[in-house]
Amino acid sequence: MSNTDFAIAIEDLTVSFDGFKAIDGLNLYIDQNELRVIIGPNGAGKTTLLDLICGKTRATAGSIKFKNIELTKMAEFKRVRLGIGRKFQTPSIYENLTVFQNLEVSFPKGRSVMGALAFKCNDEVKARVQVVAEDIMLADRLDLEAGLLSHGQKQWLEIGMLLMQSPELLMLDEPIAGMSARERELTAELLQRICKGRSVIVIEHDMEFVKRIAHKVTVMHQGKILAEGPMAKVQADPNVIDVYLGH
Amino acid sequence: MNFSDLLNIGLMQGFAGLSLFAVLLLMGLGLAIIFGQMGVINMAHGEFMAIGAYTIYLGSQLTEQYAPSLMPVYFPLAVILAFCFAFAGGWLIEWSLIRHLYKRPLDTLLATWGISLAMQQCFRTFIGPKEVSPTLPDWLLGSWAPVSGLDIPRNGMFVLALTAVVTCGVLLALSKSRWGLRVRATVSNRVMANATGIDTRKTDRLTFAIGCGIAGVAGAAFTTIGSTGPTSGQLYIVDSFLVVTFGGAASLLGTVVSAFGIAQTQSLAEFFMPGSMAKMLTLTLIVVILMMRPQGLFASKVRR
Amino acid sequence: MTALRDLIKRYQLASVLVLTLLLAVVLPLTLDIFRLNLVGKYLTYAFVAVGLVMVWGYGGVLSLGQGVFFGLGGYAMAMFLKLEASDPITTKIQSTPGIPDFMDWNQLTALPLFWEPFKSLPFTLIAVIAVPTLLAWIISYAMFKRRVGGVYFAIITQAVALILTVLIIGQQGYTGGVNGMTDLKTMLGWDTRTNGAKYILYYVCVALLIGSILLCRWIQTGKAGTLLLAMRDKEDRVRFSGYDVANFRVFTFCLTAALSGIGGALFSLQVGFMSPSFVGIVPSIEMVIFAAVGGRMSLVGAVYGTLLVNAGKTFFSESFPDLWLFLMAALFIGVTMAFPMGLAGLWQDHVVPWWAKRRSEMRKDKAAAARRAAEDDASGAAPEAAAKAPRAAGTPERLGDVAGQRA
Repeated sequence: MSNTDFAIAIEDLTVSFDGFKAIDGLNLYIDQNELRVIIGPNGAGKTTLLDLICGKTRATAGSIKFKNIELTKMAEFKRVRLGIGRKFQTPSIYENLTVFQNLEVSFPKGRSVMGALAFKCNDEVKARVQVVAEDIMLADRLDLEAGLLSHGQKQWLEIGMLLMQSPELLMLDEPIAGMSARERELTAELLQRICKGRSVIVIEHDMEFVKRIAHKVTVMHQGKILAEGPMAKVQADPNVIDVYLGH
Repeated sequence: MNFSDLLNIGLMQGFAGLSLFAVLLLMGLGLAIIFGQMGVINMAHGEFMAIGAYTIYLGSQLTEQYAPSLMPVYFPLAVILAFCFAFAGGWLIEWSLIRHLYKRPLDTLLATWGISLAMQQCFRTFIGPKEVSPTLPDWLLGSWAPVSGLDIPRNGMFVLALTAVVTCGVLLALSKSRWGLRVRATVSNRVMANATGIDTRKTDRLTFAIGCGIAGVAGAAFTTIGSTGPTSGQLYIVDSFLVVTFGGAASLLGTVVSAFGIAQTQSLAEFFMPGSMAKMLTLTLIVVILMMRPQGLFASKVRR
Repeated sequence: MTALRDLIKRYQLASVLVLTLLLAVVLPLTLDIFRLNLVGKYLTYAFVAVGLVMVWGYGGVLSLGQGVFFGLGGYAMAMFLKLEASDPITTKIQSTPGIPDFMDWNQLTALPLFWEPFKSLPFTLIAVIAVPTLLAWIISYAMFKRRVGGVYFAIITQAVALILTVLIIGQQGYTGGVNGMTDLKTMLGWDTRTNGAKYILYYVCVALLIGSILLCRWIQTGKAGTLLLAMRDKEDRVRFSGYDVANFRVFTFCLTAALSGIGGALFSLQVGFMSPSFVGIVPSIEMVIFAAVGGRMSLVGAVYGTLLVNAGKTFFSESFPDLWLFLMAALFIGVTMAFPMGLAGLWQDHVVPWWAKRRSEMRKDKAAAARRAAEDDASGAAPEAAAKAPRAAGTPERLGDVAGQRA
C-alpha cells in the first residue's frame, strides 16, 4: 500500500453482497482541498462508495486511506473523529430538537458518556453554533423545531451539523435534491464557501450544478470508474456518453 | 444393562426430544411467519395455542357426551376446528389492534400482552382454572414396540406427523401460492408491493391469522402430550420466541433447525440433571449464542 | 430570583416538589402506618419505572427484564438480612444451626461460599448496586455493540428474566426456592418491623426515589439526554457525528439496573421478604405498564403511574380478583392504543392548555381594561402589536410542548 499525500486514497476497493459486486476493484484519489463530484447512472455504486468510506458498509477487500490512516477496519465513530463527515441522501436531522440543539449536539466535545454528562453549553459552543448557523442561512431559525424547516433548509442544517465538527473530508450525497432553483443557487455558493481548507466529495445528478461547483468529476458505472477529469473532458468522453444515452 | 438397552434408552430419549421439537416448531412456525413478514411479536401467541388445545378438549367432551360412536374420528376434525378458531381470533385481533401499531413494534408487544392477559382470564372464567386433558381416541394411546424394550409412544408419532404436514404445507404455500407470493413481495419491499397492486394490509391480516391458526394446531398437538390450563400458553412463549430468533427471523428453515437443536439439547440435558436445570442451561446457552450472533443461525446479507 | 426560577423550570422542579410534598407530607399525615408501608412497597417499584422512562422513553430500548435487576438487588439485601435472622441461637433446633432455615430443610450442612460475604453490610450495600449493574453491563454491552435493539432486545431480556426465575426456583437450597427468603427481621440489630422503623424506611425510600428522579432529570437536561433522544430517532446520524451510540445505551441501561437494584433492596427491607415472584416475566412486564400509564417520557409521571396501578391492583385483587386481569389487559391495550404518552401526556395535552387558555383570557380581560383606560393615547402601533401577539404566543407554547414531552 502506497504512502500518499492525498486526502483520501482508495485502492482496489471491492464490496460484494451475496456475490453481487456493488464496488469492483475501485481506485480513487482525492487531493487535499479538492471538491470532487461523483456522477453516474443509478446503481453505479456512488452511495455505496460513501458508505464504505464512512463505515456504514464494510469492504470485502481493498484499502481506504485517509491522511495515510487505514480506515477499513475502523469503527464508524472513530472515522468521524479523524475528520470525516457524511451527509445522507435524505436529510437526516433530529426533527424533535431545535435547530440550535441539532447543531449543539454535533459540536465535537463531550463525545464520551462521561464527557457528555460533564458537557456545558458555554460561550465557545454558542459562538460556534452562531457562526455555522449564519453559514447555512439559518441564524434566525435557531429556536425552531427542526422538523418544521423546509426540505432545503433541512439539507442545509445537516450540512451545518457536519460543519460543526470542522471535518477535513466532507461527503455530501445529493445535497440539492428537492431544492428550488433559488435554493440550489444558495447551496452552490455555500459549497464554494465551505470547501476552503478541506476536501469535499459530492454526489449529484444535476449537471448544471456539477459544472458550477466541481474541480474534477469522476464518472462511476457498475461499481467501476468510467472516466475522470475536468467536466468538459468527461462530457466529451464517448464511453460516458454511451453509458448515459445508450441505456 | 447391555448395549441394546442403552441404544433403546438413547432412542426413546431422542424421541422425547422429537416431541418437544414438534411443539416448539409448530409454535415457532406461526411466530416466524408473523415476525418475518411484519416485524411484530405476538405475545398472545401462547394463548392462541391454548385456544387450539381447548378446542380439542371441548370437542372430545361434546363427542363423548352426544356421539360416543364418533370418538375415533373426532380428533382430525377438531384439529381443523382448532386451526379455524385460532385463525378467526387472529383475524379479529389484527383488525382491531395490530394494524394500528405497525409503526410501533414495541407497543405491539405490550398491547398483545394485554390481549394475552384478557384471554387467560377468559379461559379461567369460562372453562375453569383447572388443567384439563381431552379424552383421546384409542388409536392415539399406547405405544408402538418394534422390538422388545423399545417403546415409541403413538401420540408422539402422531404429533411428529402432524408437524411434518403443517411445516411442509407452510413451506409449499409460501413458495407456490398467491398468498406466499404476496408475502414474499411484501417482505422484500412493502412500498413496491403496494404499488404493484398487492393489498399489503390484507396480506398482513391473512398472514397474522394463518400464524395464529398454526398456533392453534400446535395447541391441538400439545393436548396429546400434556394437559392444558389457562396459563399453559405462557409457559411456551419465551421458548418459541427464542426458537424464532435463534433460527434467524427471515428464515423458516432456520426455525426448523433451531427448534430441533433446542429440543434435542434440552431433552439430552434432562437425561443428566433435573428438568429445571436442563431448561435453564438450554436457555442460557441460546441467550449467550444470540448475544454473540444476534442475527441467528441463518441470515441473509442484504445491503442496508 | 430569576436564576432560581430558571433552575426550577430547567429541571421541572415544580412537579418534583409537588410529588415530594405528596409523598413526604400528605400521605404520611393521611394514611395509617399499614397503608403507608404499602405505599412504600409501591415506591420501590417506582425505582424500576423511573429507570424505564430513561431507557425506554428516552433511550427507545424496551427491557422486559427489569424484574431481574429489582430481584438481584432485593436478594442481595435479603441475603444479608436472612443471615442476621439465622443466628445460631434462634436456629438451634435445626440440624445445622446458624444457617438459613431453607438451607437446613434442603439438607445443606454449611453456608455456601457465595453467601459468606453477605455477612457484611457494606459489602451487601455495594452488591445491591454492583451485581445488577454488572449483569446489565454484560447483557447490554454484548447486545448494543452488535446493534441489537428493539424487539430482539426485549425478547433477550425476557429470556434472562425466565432464566433467573428458573434458577432461583430450581436451586432451593441456595435461594429459598419458590417461597423466597422470608422472616427478615433486623438490620444490624435494628428491628425493621416496628412502626417507627417503618416510618424511617418509608422516608429513606422517598428520599432515595426523589434523589434518583433528580439524577435522571439532570442527565436528561444535559447533552447526554439530548443525545439519547437524538439516537432514538436517528441512530445513524448520531453515529456518524462521532459518537459511540452503544456506550450511551449501555450507560443508560446500567443506570436503570442500579436504580432497580436499589428499589429491590428497599423492598426487602420494608416488606420483610423477597421471592422469585418479583423477578420473572410477568412482574417485569407489569413494571413496564407502570411507566407507560404514568407516561413513558415523564419521570414524575412514572411514580404516579406506579402508585395508581398498584393501588388499583391491591383494591381489585382483594374485592374482584376476576376483574383485575381484565382491567390490567385494558390498561395494556388502552395505554398503547389511545394514550401512548400516559397520564403525563394527558396532563400536557389537556390540563396545561386549558390552564394556559384561562390565564390568557384573564390577562386579556386585564389588558382590555387597561386599553380602555388608555384609549385616548391610542395610535397605529396597537393593531400591529395585536397582530404580532398571537404569533409570539404560539411559538413558546409549541416549544413548551416539546419540552413537556421530554419531561
